[in-house]
Amino acid sequence: MASQETLRDDSASRSSILYDPKIRSIVFQILVFVALVLAVGWIVNNTIENLRRANISSGYDFLDSRAGFDIAVALIPFSSDSTFGQALVVGFLNTLMVAAVGIVTATIVGFLIGVGRLSKNWLISRICTVYVEVFRNIPPLLVIFFWYLGVLSVLPLPRDSIELPFYSYLNSRGFFFPRAIWADGAWLIAVALVVGIAMSWFVARQARARQMATGQTFPVLWTSIGLIVGLPVIAFFAMGAPLSFDYPVLGTFNLNGGWTVKPEFLALYLALSFYTASFIAEIVRAGILGVSHGQSEASYALGLRAGQTLRLVVVPQAMRIVIPPLTSQYLNLTKNSSLAVAIGYPDLVAIGGTILNQTGQSIEVVAIWMVVYLGLSLTTSVFMNWFNSRMALVER
Amino acid sequence: MKTTILTGVLGAAALGLAASAASAATLDDVKAKGFLQCGVNTGLAGFASPDNAGNWAGFDVDICKAVAAAIFGDATKVKYSPTTAKERFTALQSGEIDLLSRNTTWTLSRDTSLGFNFAGVNYYDGQGFMINAKNLPGVNSALQLSGASVCVQTGTTTELNLADYFRANNMEYNPVVFEKLEEVNAAYDSGRCDVYTTDQSGLYSIRLTLAAPDDHVVLPEIISKEPLGPAVRQGDDQWFDIVKWTLNAMITAEELGITSENVEEMKGSSNPEIKRVLGQEADSKLGASLGLSEDWVVNVIKAVGNYGESFERNIGTGSPLKIARGLNQLWTKGGLMYAPPIR
Repeated sequence: MASQETLRDDSASRSSILYDPKIRSIVFQILVFVALVLAVGWIVNNTIENLRRANISSGYDFLDSRAGFDIAVALIPFSSDSTFGQALVVGFLNTLMVAAVGIVTATIVGFLIGVGRLSKNWLISRICTVYVEVFRNIPPLLVIFFWYLGVLSVLPLPRDSIELPFYSYLNSRGFFFPRAIWADGAWLIAVALVVGIAMSWFVARQARARQMATGQTFPVLWTSIGLIVGLPVIAFFAMGAPLSFDYPVLGTFNLNGGWTVKPEFLALYLALSFYTASFIAEIVRAGILGVSHGQSEASYALGLRAGQTLRLVVVPQAMRIVIPPLTSQYLNLTKNSSLAVAIGYPDLVAIGGTILNQTGQSIEVVAIWMVVYLGLSLTTSVFMNWFNSRMALVER
Repeated sequence: MKTTILTGVLGAAALGLAASAASAATLDDVKAKGFLQCGVNTGLAGFASPDNAGNWAGFDVDICKAVAAAIFGDATKVKYSPTTAKERFTALQSGEIDLLSRNTTWTLSRDTSLGFNFAGVNYYDGQGFMINAKNLPGVNSALQLSGASVCVQTGTTTELNLADYFRANNMEYNPVVFEKLEEVNAAYDSGRCDVYTTDQSGLYSIRLTLAAPDDHVVLPEIISKEPLGPAVRQGDDQWFDIVKWTLNAMITAEELGITSENVEEMKGSSNPEIKRVLGQEADSKLGASLGLSEDWVVNVIKAVGNYGESFERNIGTGSPLKIARGLNQLWTKGGLMYAPPIR
């Protein structure tokens, strides 16, 4: 020990600044950084120079030009007179829409399948196993093609539509259902719904406080359902049922009127949901199995029923394991939605591709794609990290 | 999607790194690598499609072959890059291909902001509509199509004309848009759309590939001008000239009655114009001024025939498409095909 100390002291006094590990590491970091900046600068400069030499226009001015094409699915008003910039917004919203509903459905289906796979019922657990193994092992593009070409495009033509209850129809052009038209006074129903939700939250809080203080429980679930459903229903009849429907009717080419869900959206939504659900199911199963068996045994010993054990003991602990990988699955689903281009759903990539081709501004459009997907993924990550920190086990 | 992004990124990267080489003399590059890299359609019967053995053939492919024959005297020295409507421009801009011969419409913005030069028109086309007459017996005009679902390929002038036409006539439609021709064909054939729209030549070609071609009719309306022709990058005038005059030579040969069969006898013709075109004039400098050999036209005609031969063999009466010459007839016979003099 002592000799080592001496040695190091010796070398430190003898060595120049060149051998100081701290200074060395700083110098190397600066060198790498400068090299990186130079390389990026060289590529950017070269690109600009070559674009200029090849007489290819560049810059983002094209975003304000007239688009000239139409988009089948647009959440905001869009016509061929709108600009390329607005077209990109339409594409972005379409991506968000399919990602949002896909994430919700995938989570619900995934949790059901994941819990089902652990079921003691032989048939349920086997069905869930088969589901997971089938969907997990097929590339998502093929799942999309399966839904689009295998299921939706073999449906009958509009004239021979499959009739479903409530004046809904299913054919190769999509799923058609009546559109609700709210008359005057419908605002009260929305207000009643908001009031119902607020009151439920308040009731739940009071019930928890009472249970903490006295140990008495209160049927929160049934009260909440009663408030959230009951209040709007009362408001609905109080205002004299201000609701009528616009039904789909067969025209020359197609069913007109009502709402339409296009098969491209349906195929993408179903494929992404069912594909991602298989991964989420495995994550949920892993999470539940990751909670030590002693926890449930202790819970039973305290007299909690099976449902209560799952809800109050197992799931809260399993969530700690589940949430981080769940974030990755949400990001995957969002990014996989760009496979939409294969079946003609107008998402950001499909519309960006059209713009790229109409304007020839490939570098600009590719840059927009990358920035948007990066931003979307980072936002999802930030939200899920926040959620994770809230759900994490707080040690007391 | 992956390929598209990849093409875009690679295209961008290639623009950044390699375009300096590509914008130099393309002829020297082509000669150095020993073949012409030609961008063609992914598969449009009659215009560009591979046969069972993988050999490309068609009206647009003939332009590639003709240019290769003019340079190398050998029409087989071509490598084909099948491109979708969306990929084609990036491929040409980045230097991945030397020549784009893929039923591409000549427009002002493609000439300017995309940085291309169109070397003439090899097919005068116009956009039309095709419907399944069996399912829609009452429809015999495009003006009856309000409310229809229309299948269209993305990134084409077709997509823009479609929007303009329906708007101008106060009609509504649902666009069903795909990136690949095969996907549009499949969607139309499965009944996803009522109407298929693209250039009329394309409609005739696609109709042959449908499950029941006889059920489908092409409506009479033509809603646009679609002059299709080969394109090259700006900035290399010699290369532009070679492609332009190869096409002009094919048209001139038809005017002069030079065919792939009689080209050898024609070399001995006493007609000074024929002698000049075929490079038989004493101390002729026409080929050399393009950077080619003096018998370049002979090689072109031997390889693909004159314009009329190429037309009839691939898309005219000698083919299943049976498209009439129409606008693509020589100017002397009432069409628009007119080549500036080779002298």
